[in-house]
Amino acid sequence: MKKTANYAAKTREIVKKHGGDKGALIAVLQDIQEAFNYLPKGAMITVSTMMGIPASRVYEVATFYNAFSLNPRGKHIVKICVGTACHVRGASAILDKFEQKLLIKPGETNQDQKFTLELVNCVGACALGPVVVIDTEYHGQMTINKVDKIINEMNKEGAQQ
Amino acid sequence: MTKITSAQALRQVQEDLKKNFDPSKKLVTICAGTGCRGYGCMKVKEELEAEIKKQNMDVEVRATGCFGFCEKGPLVIVHPEKVFYQQVKVKDVADIIGKTVATGEVVEKLLYRDPNTNQTVLREEDVPFYKKQNRLVFGQNGLIDPTRIEDYLILGGYSALAKTLSDFTPEGVISEVKKAGLRGRGGGGFQAGVKWEGSRKAHGEPKYVIANGDEGDPGAYMDRSLMEGNPHSVLEGMAIGAYAIGASEGYIYVRHEYPLAVLHLTMAIAAAKEAGLLGKNILGTNFSFDIHINKGGGAFVCGESSALFASIEGRAGEPRAKYIHAVERGLWDKPTVLNNVETWANVPLIINKGADWYASIGTEGSKGTKIFSLVGKINNTGLIEVPMGITLREIVYDMGGGIPKGRKFKAVQTGGPSGGCIPESLLDLPVDFDKLYEVGSMMGSGGMIVMDDKSCMVDVARYFLNFLQEESCGKCVPCREGVRRMREILDDICSGKGREGDVELLEHLSIGVADGSLCALGGSAPNPVLSTIKYFREEYDAHIKEHRCPAGVCKALITYSIDAEECTGCTLCSKVCPVDAISGEKKKAHKIDNEKCTRCGACIESCKFDAILVK
Repeated sequence: MKKTANYAAKTREIVKKHGGDKGALIAVLQDIQEAFNYLPKGAMITVSTMMGIPASRVYEVATFYNAFSLNPRGKHIVKICVGTACHVRGASAILDKFEQKLLIKPGETNQDQKFTLELVNCVGACALGPVVVIDTEYHGQMTINKVDKIINEMNKEGAQQ
Repeated sequence: MTKITSAQALRQVQEDLKKNFDPSKKLVTICAGTGCRGYGCMKVKEELEAEIKKQNMDVEVRATGCFGFCEKGPLVIVHPEKVFYQQVKVKDVADIIGKTVATGEVVEKLLYRDPNTNQTVLREEDVPFYKKQNRLVFGQNGLIDPTRIEDYLILGGYSALAKTLSDFTPEGVISEVKKAGLRGRGGGGFQAGVKWEGSRKAHGEPKYVIANGDEGDPGAYMDRSLMEGNPHSVLEGMAIGAYAIGASEGYIYVRHEYPLAVLHLTMAIAAAKEAGLLGKNILGTNFSFDIHINKGGGAFVCGESSALFASIEGRAGEPRAKYIHAVERGLWDKPTVLNNVETWANVPLIINKGADWYASIGTEGSKGTKIFSLVGKINNTGLIEVPMGITLREIVYDMGGGIPKGRKFKAVQTGGPSGGCIPESLLDLPVDFDKLYEVGSMMGSGGMIVMDDKSCMVDVARYFLNFLQEESCGKCVPCREGVRRMREILDDICSGKGREGDVELLEHLSIGVADGSLCALGGSAPNPVLSTIKYFREEYDAHIKEHRCPAGVCKALITYSIDAEECTGCTLCSKVCPVDAISGEKKKAHKIDNEKCTRCGACIESCKFDAILVK
């Protein structure tokens, strides 16, 4: 219950910051996603009421753009670059390996909410390809065998904490 | 910075900055573009600063925009000698400061070594990667700290805006840009001046100018480098355009994956406003112009003009039919000029140096330079700015340094998902808008993805259609359903289920998709398929008729085996195999069980003797 109240307060604050301008819907949703890591249903309804935009329109925008997630995302976001340069350098094999290792498909979050797997169409670091960006860290010249190492290390860190 | 209230005051500010700048003073610049940041250049920068402090020196370390030579990052230049260091690591910093900065001694091991001559190269401009470039738009990137407007002003920044406001009528600017022959760098290659003229003449107030920084083409990142590395050049170009068409408001639509570009643009807009170079009464004239930043939502289709407007208006980015052009009714149904980031960055050059000078560079139909991102299977990955008309061969071999590991060149893909693949037989093609179009590809925003004999062209076509199908907004049927059907056929071909006649079916569907789609996303979607069929038909036939992938990419059509002669029995492959498909005794040739093998590639990666064969 408390959590819902928090969402509402923060959402109201964000909508007010943008002055209630209907054109700012995407920017409002971006800020909400940044605050909560995803778009909670309650927050979208608050946005709809406050901005006078039908909930269906808010939902349309939220599902149209790749940047938005309607489900809570994991602690770490693993972004596999599937831009053309990374693709010809073998990004799909890297993706396969991450899928096997984390037991999730792109767009999904694993059971312990630790990792979310996402695809990105080019991060502009083509010299490092294939590239994987985990949170803000770039892992360049990725190999299948590096995937095990990276995930194992991140799991170890988690265990120590 | 205090407000600059006239063109003369601007000149004075620039003069004062120059006076206070001692060109003989030591300065260390470090590339802080995305690629170099990926290599950890910011740690090198911190170390440089710490070392300078430790040695009690008075030397500025300047994190600049992207230098372009991403392959060899992090890149560091020691001025004024302009000694060019590549692949600099934290442990190299002590040498750079202690030797080059302190005494001028060159650290040989950090210099670029030309693989052809095995000679080291001292300066950036002598490195083969840079030699044939003409970095008119991109060159200042390596000198400017993008967070400081002063760095732009000292290089003559905003002079073009001042000149525009004092010497040109709006119509005069338009005729200058038309005379220069500037064509849009975002894809279509439409004449920018013609667009501006249309919008100037259109009825309706207010009018808008927009910079398209959505750069959705996977494998192209030149706009990102301009927005991150030299944001003021984009703002200045937009202000000139706004004056020309009579706009007082502008937008920059930036990909949300580009947080650094958003940050630097935001800082640049604030600094320009403070200096009186944006905002009300710019440089003391009646001209007022303000710029807002909109972050995109990660939809490729928003690169299309009407979809982009919808997105700025806070709606889903679906294109509309264009019976009426955007120059007449664009954003909020008002006259709007939308140009790509790179196009805007070209504008100050044209005003400063004149249309005749600009038109003297390039080919008959394509003027000026173009920035390309040269990526994929190429030795020197990076951003290059070259005059229009340079050949693909010069780009791939002279600047790009050829294909890694001595492999064979197969194709270069230009124009992103709307473009096509160009084969080896056309390597001497001069690169410009029209020539690329003639061979079934296009300029696009400037991505150039090089492919070698290990790249499967059917897989590449499938890759792009998969991308386009994901990114199709779904509004019109030919694109939503047609691209999907085409992708399914390609999926079948790649998984060994291709049928005779599939290629003809693809060609047939292409006509419907291209002609029937509402916007350019669908309209150009068949290009990757048609161009690969045109130039690499034999690969399609091998997949369909012989169930064979000649490049060894399509998993369903290949098998792995171990070359018993090359295998030393080191056992590494059997250790990394995730499905235990490899067996064998130590020091004896191993074997792969093809029933178990998933062709994940882990063994190939680990084998030091190239003993894994793919057929």
